Amino acid sequence: MKYNGCMKFLIVLAAMAALYTAGSAEPAYAFTDQVIQKGAVGDDVIELQARLQYIGYYRGAIDGVFGWSTYWALRNFQAAFGLPVDGLAGDRVKAKLVKASKYDAAYVKSMVNSGKKFTYYGGAKKQTSNMSVNKAATTSNVPNGFSQNDIRLLAQAVYGEARGEPYEGQVAVAAVILNRVDSPSFPNTISGVIFEPGAFTAVSDGQIWLTPNDTAKKAALDAINGWDPSGNALYYFNPATATSKWIWSRPQIKQIGKHIFCK
Amino acid sequence: MAKRILIVVLALGLAGTAAWAYKEHRDKQAVLLNAENTYQRAFHDLTYKMDLLHDEIGNTLAMNSQKSLSPALAEVWRLTSEAHADVGQLPLSLLPFNKTEEFLVNIGNFSYRTAVRDLDKEPLTDKEYASLKKLYAQSRDIQDELRDVQKNVLQNNLRWMDVELALATGKEAKDNTIIDGFKTVERTVKGYDNADLNSPSFANFQNRDDNYKHLQGRMVSKKEAIETAKNYAGIKNTRSAEAKPNEKGAHFSFYSVSLKDKDGHEITADITRKGGYPIWFFHKRTIGRQNISLNEASQKAAQFLNKHHFEKMEMFESSQYDNIGVFSFVAKQGDVRIYPETVKMKVALDNGQVVGFMADDFLRSHQKRVIPKPKISEKEARSRVNPKLKVMEKRLAIITGDLNREVLCYEFLGVLNDDTYRIYINAENGDEEKVEKLKDTERTYGKSI
Repeated sequence: MKYNGCMKFLIVLAAMAALYTAGSAEPAYAFTDQVIQKGAVGDDVIELQARLQYIGYYRGAIDGVFGWSTYWALRNFQAAFGLPVDGLAGDRVKAKLVKASKYDAAYVKSMVNSGKKFTYYGGAKKQTSNMSVNKAATTSNVPNGFSQNDIRLLAQAVYGEARGEPYEGQVAVAAVILNRVDSPSFPNTISGVIFEPGAFTAVSDGQIWLTPNDTAKKAALDAINGWDPSGNALYYFNPATATSKWIWSRPQIKQIGKHIFCK
Repeated sequence: MAKRILIVVLALGLAGTAAWAYKEHRDKQAVLLNAENTYQRAFHDLTYKMDLLHDEIGNTLAMNSQKSLSPALAEVWRLTSEAHADVGQLPLSLLPFNKTEEFLVNIGNFSYRTAVRDLDKEPLTDKEYASLKKLYAQSRDIQDELRDVQKNVLQNNLRWMDVELALATGKEAKDNTIIDGFKTVERTVKGYDNADLNSPSFANFQNRDDNYKHLQGRMVSKKEAIETAKNYAGIKNTRSAEAKPNEKGAHFSFYSVSLKDKDGHEITADITRKGGYPIWFFHKRTIGRQNISLNEASQKAAQFLNKHHFEKMEMFESSQYDNIGVFSFVAKQGDVRIYPETVKMKVALDNGQVVGFMADDFLRSHQKRVIPKPKISEKEARSRVNPKLKVMEKRLAIITGDLNREVLCYEFLGVLNDDTYRIYINAENGDEEKVEKLKDTERTYGKSI
């Protein structure tokens, strides 16, 4: 038993030594010292995915975004290698991974950047594979139930309706659109609500087709992620320009910037 | 000579302008006609759907076999949702027409619930049959009035573009047959007794509890609200600070607080008057390059919650968007996750500061709950899940079920064909309460964002 433990220790030591020498020969070990968790993006995630794919745990595309498939692959790896199964890539996990797999950073990154289909099983430099398909150069996190195009459309509406308003006012405008989607008195989709005839002046006068700025995009994303500074409003109007008398009859909740938000 | 040339040139110019103007005019007419036709289609579609809807509800009344009842109710549901979509395409957004829309959604919910129910085991109750009868009569009223409007539109060549114009310029008072007709429909629906819509089969889609009735504590003053906001934003000195009470239409009272820290960054927050809890806040500053990992940021978020007495919270979602980490935390009572009580946070990845906070859901539903003992075992619950699903995680959780009621469930997270699913099995009767396919990352189409 004791002998066994000694052997293990020696093996680990030898492996580490080998690793250090190998590391100097080919700069493959690129993990930074962060703990990588689900939802993270970046080079560490690319390396994590590539290494997990190298040893056959990860079957998705290497795209640098830590999604569910990466999460399960990591957990399976942890279970198989006797590590605590928590879905976090900490120091021990990374060390085990580095030992068990190889990583050619330059090759993988060039493949990711070019957006080509490629696989990294056993480091095989093949160009075609039906498993690991990365159709575009970049991928991103998206809130459940929405697509990037929904966010973009919402951002355009926010930009057309409320640019120049305070940030929370922009989030509130996006939140009103989402509240309408949930409400039985309005259409059930983001596009249905936005393009309801006469509902938004930015749609009527074409300002919705302006290119939204970063703030509008962030505001749209925050609203989709659940922020609602409007106090669950379904309507808003600018008292200086509102033409409809009816809108004044709605119970008012609060004013943000130039907009009054109502039930 | 020069005079003549000038006359010819000017005449040619005039003729050219006239031709151009005529062409412009024709183009404009074409575009207007196009828009008008779109409205007309939506309107005639709507009246046609209401006809069908009325007939179909009538059919369900006469049906005896449960086998034919379910598809008929499903048909009613489909028609209501199509009619609802048609309403959304008409320029009625400035006209109060929401009661009618709600009425449509009500019929839809009722028919959907009864259509998916196993009517052999649980046939329509007398009460439900009575509501169906009532809906039949009410849909006839709406149908009649819409037909009336339709007749006028067809006979007098009424144009929807005029409606749009009248509504946009606020000259509703003027006699406009279409607007008057829709107002009559709305009045009719308003007169309906809503009482019979309260049977449990009518999904309770009403707004979530808006009163924050579970909140504890006394009423706070403006000054205290400002102090709370400062405390949450983690700043001591401010350049300016002000708090504004809500307007009269809000369902609960709160202060909107706005602060400027010593660097001039603005912090805005809504603080409940009862108890002085933050509903949400934003710390508005530009966020620099990423210095800390998402994991470190999640720890900062957890520390923040602890510091502000949001205790026993567990992180269940984390995502990185550029240099911001967004985290969702859920409350736990014992080992049970309480999904109605969630808090969302944004953490800047340059220094780990919490720059956004949202506790609306948490404040609405936070309370001490009596959690019942599950009636079925985890193993039993597992046997109700699709056997092809490879279960990776499982736990007990309270979720908001279909009828907006809280139910105790077994939560299973698993993988099926490379997709991740979250499945809730009711811990009391083993029903499959909810099945959600969780979104993996999305590839960027083109480079739009």
